[in-house]
Amino acid sequence: MAKLIRRRAFKDTRGEQELFRRRALTGFALILLGLGALVGRYVFLQVLHHDEFATRSVNNSVKPRAIPPARGLIYDRNGVLLADNVPAFRLEVVPEQVSHMEAMLAELAKVVPLDQDDLDAFRKQLKQTRRFDSVPLKMRLTEDDIARFAVNRWRFPGVDVVPYLTRQYPLGPLFANVVGYVSRIDADDLDRLDPEIYKGTTHIGRTGLERTYEDILHGKPGYELDEVSADGRIQRVLKIDPPVPGKNLYLSIDARVQKATQEAFEGRPGAAVAIDPRNGQVLAMVSVPSFDPNLFVNGISLTDYTALTSAADKPLIDRALKGVYPPGSTVKPFIGLAGLEYGVRTPQDTVVSTGVFYIPGQARGYRDDVRGGVGTVNLYRAIEDSVNTYFYKLSLDLGIDRLSEFLGSYGFGRPTGVDLPGEVSGILPSREWKAKHMKPASWFPGETVITGIGQGYWLVTPMQLAHAIATFAGHGVPYAPRVVMATADVGAKPAPLANPPTGPSVIKNIKDWQAVNDGMQLVIYGSDPFSTGKGVKLGEGFPYRIAGKSGTAERFSRTSDAYNENRNTAYLAARHRAWFEAFTPAEDPRIAVAVVLEAGAWGAKDAGPIARKMLDIWLTTQSGTVPADHPLQEMEPTPSSSTSPNAPEDTPQGDMPASDTSSPENSTP
Amino acid sequence: MIDTVRTRFYRFLRRILTRPRVDLPLAVALLALCCAGLMTLYSAGDRNLSLVIGQAARFALGGALILLMSRVPPSVFRNWTPWLYIGSTMLLVVVAVLGEGRGADRWLNLGIMRFQPSELMKLTMPMMVAWYLHPRQLPPGWKDIAVVGALIAIPAGLIAKQPDLGTALLVSAAGAFALFLSGMAWWRIGMLLAAVGGMIPVAWHFMHQYQRDRILTMLNPESDPLGNGWHIIQSQIAVGSGGVFGKGFEQGTQSRLDFLPEHTTDFIFAVFSEEFGLVGVCALLVLYAFIIGRCLWIAMEARDTYSRLLAGAIGMSFFVYVFVNGGMVAGLLPVVGVPMPMISYGGTSAVSLLVGFGVLMSIHANRKVHD
Repeated sequence: MAKLIRRRAFKDTRGEQELFRRRALTGFALILLGLGALVGRYVFLQVLHHDEFATRSVNNSVKPRAIPPARGLIYDRNGVLLADNVPAFRLEVVPEQVSHMEAMLAELAKVVPLDQDDLDAFRKQLKQTRRFDSVPLKMRLTEDDIARFAVNRWRFPGVDVVPYLTRQYPLGPLFANVVGYVSRIDADDLDRLDPEIYKGTTHIGRTGLERTYEDILHGKPGYELDEVSADGRIQRVLKIDPPVPGKNLYLSIDARVQKATQEAFEGRPGAAVAIDPRNGQVLAMVSVPSFDPNLFVNGISLTDYTALTSAADKPLIDRALKGVYPPGSTVKPFIGLAGLEYGVRTPQDTVVSTGVFYIPGQARGYRDDVRGGVGTVNLYRAIEDSVNTYFYKLSLDLGIDRLSEFLGSYGFGRPTGVDLPGEVSGILPSREWKAKHMKPASWFPGETVITGIGQGYWLVTPMQLAHAIATFAGHGVPYAPRVVMATADVGAKPAPLANPPTGPSVIKNIKDWQAVNDGMQLVIYGSDPFSTGKGVKLGEGFPYRIAGKSGTAERFSRTSDAYNENRNTAYLAARHRAWFEAFTPAEDPRIAVAVVLEAGAWGAKDAGPIARKMLDIWLTTQSGTVPADHPLQEMEPTPSSSTSPNAPEDTPQGDMPASDTSSPENSTP
Repeated sequence: MIDTVRTRFYRFLRRILTRPRVDLPLAVALLALCCAGLMTLYSAGDRNLSLVIGQAARFALGGALILLMSRVPPSVFRNWTPWLYIGSTMLLVVVAVLGEGRGADRWLNLGIMRFQPSELMKLTMPMMVAWYLHPRQLPPGWKDIAVVGALIAIPAGLIAKQPDLGTALLVSAAGAFALFLSGMAWWRIGMLLAAVGGMIPVAWHFMHQYQRDRILTMLNPESDPLGNGWHIIQSQIAVGSGGVFGKGFEQGTQSRLDFLPEHTTDFIFAVFSEEFGLVGVCALLVLYAFIIGRCLWIAMEARDTYSRLLAGAIGMSFFVYVFVNGGMVAGLLPVVGVPMPMISYGGTSAVSLLVGFGVLMSIHANRKVHD
């Protein structure tokens, strides 16, 4: 306080004023000095070097021109070319050399056909470039266009045919969903892109890897200094600073596996994903049907586009990443594992399957696969025979909270983090999810019960299921799936991309893993009369042990809880989604696959062989033993007697009437 | 009731218009400057009249604001200063959190117009420093210098992070000038400058790559002929080819042929230099020097410390605009986004500069009565 008063007392107004006056004058003197320095610089430029700059101004005919970088190429894991650059020709316009742009465009359209998309993109880019930078007008000229323009060229000063590199996908539809495609940079892209880096570039990765790895594939533009004549034609190149080409990508996918997988679908809609559990590398990723990405590179015609978008089987949708399906029985190994890991079950604990399961105190029954049930089952048989009752009871004992927490750790309900755009998250049923998205928001025990057999709200993508089964197969160590294995500078050796595990192993006890693994091997090799894989012989002739699990999910909710006696394959195929998941070698897995067949009647019989073909072709790509040829036995459709114990297929488990989920149940534990 | 409000408003309006409390020499100089600006813009903008009319409308708005501000007594400014400072700092924080705009996030979208809070800071910064130093014993000691340093560093840091190096420079210069004018001892200034010199390597470390590139490009323009190097080379050709007397109004070829980028905004002074030559440059610089001198004169006559420091700082920061832009155009300084006052096309900076002069007019109107 005293200090403050002293300060106040010392405030010398007149002295301050004098001080300010001195400072202001000094400041002004310094400012004049600064302005003087500025004048000095202008004298230097405008007087001393005037002649030099005047000459340069008159002869200002040296213009820089951007040289776009060559886009990186994309190869499969063995160097098979998937995305190539091929030479082509395009029309370019230098705006400052065209006196009447619109008139010129109208005149030019009579010589070379120009469509509206070309013109729109051209006009937008026109506004954003310097007037002496050339702007592309029409891509991929035909021989005819070039010839016709060449004759008329004298009428169009400032317009020129320019060679460039365009993208081509040699394998076309086979990798359309993985590699994606590039397309013309449009008006929206121009707002977003760094003009320095995209100077001279006409295309940008639109989907798939072309999009995710755009930064790596694109490279860095170079420039050349050109001496130009009065009409803008290049007379002499004075200096070239070469562009830095984009890096090449190497996929972990093997084109042979990809091809065999696609062929195994025989055109039936579906998807399949194979992952190496040891590192998360994607070995195959197929969506059927597919489309030709080459159509999109230089603008797809309206007819082609309408044909693709209006096709009933939606070829443009990548089913592997964007298709969501109820997982059905494929989740039973995970539910079983949850029971072991939470200590709710031991592998030997049994449950009696009577054909129908009741929540204590409720009248509604949840049906089993086989009328009358299969009797007393432990975990092994429950997986082998896909016994619903076992998993109904187990999930009820676990409760939905533990269930969804456990399943969440295997990546259900969220994107797997694969290096491709547009992956959807599917749905993992949980109290929180239902509270957020459904009405009524409260959770019913009946919903827990059907979650145990992969029905209800649960939706997965094929990539998600492949990721989950690969995580399991890899002893619980989770990896984000990776399609790109390595990148390489031009002329350099591929440098592998690191993909460390996303966390520690999610398996608590290796014995639990072994028990579920054994159960899954019984699916392939089991001799039980009710075994789901028994009639299909999926393991026959394969040198390694296979572990697997089928799934047959219902596309529609049933309207009654009566057994459906119609066993006609075509009828069921229209109602079911067939799943199969597998990994091999069972003890030390090196490949895990998930297959969904949209119109499959039965998981093991219809999706299973596709999975087996994937494993077969994969085996041939591995160094070491190649198994003898062994044609797969095509099963005859089973006679319609559902009571026959001979080959009870994995039966659909959408046993809930549609109305069930909305009827509150009062015995919430 | 409403009638009286309306009558009072009209009376106020009439008073502003019939008896403007402006400093005539300063007003005339500003008017001359604005005319020179519109003329250059007409030529540089390829005779685009809508460009010129838009700029003239902004000058008119700025003129109206000068008349309005000149009626507000400096004591009102002083009382409001801390709130204005806090308010504009908060706005800068808001911009930092949810700003928009391409590349540099410095705009705040108000729905009807986009608004740049850093522009506001150009005025509130010298106000705040003057407000802080006003009741204190001058020349300031280390403690006051440290406080002023913090007052400058917080908003300047936020602006530099946007990233808008040019405005950050202008804002901190305005604050620093107020400190300089308060009589900070020379030896302290020397020590501080030495410290700042020592900080340059650290600042280099925190700069954006594009900012570093600009500085490197200035040292060697030929290294980047497609980007900033191109600006610098073409700008120097424009200036140099103008010679002593210039090529004449509308005769500049560099900008006409689009060799010169940004020729209506940051590089407009190159067009001016090309068309009016060294003579024009000198005339314009003399006009600027006169305006700065007049501002300092008004400051010396001011009633209290706050007004003195504020008026002086506004005048001296005007010099920073001229020096940085003129130096940039002539290849003496790196390319930063600082406009040539009243000549460069662009709304907010012209208006905020004129508002600053409005404050000066008010200080002049409330000057000390000579005894």
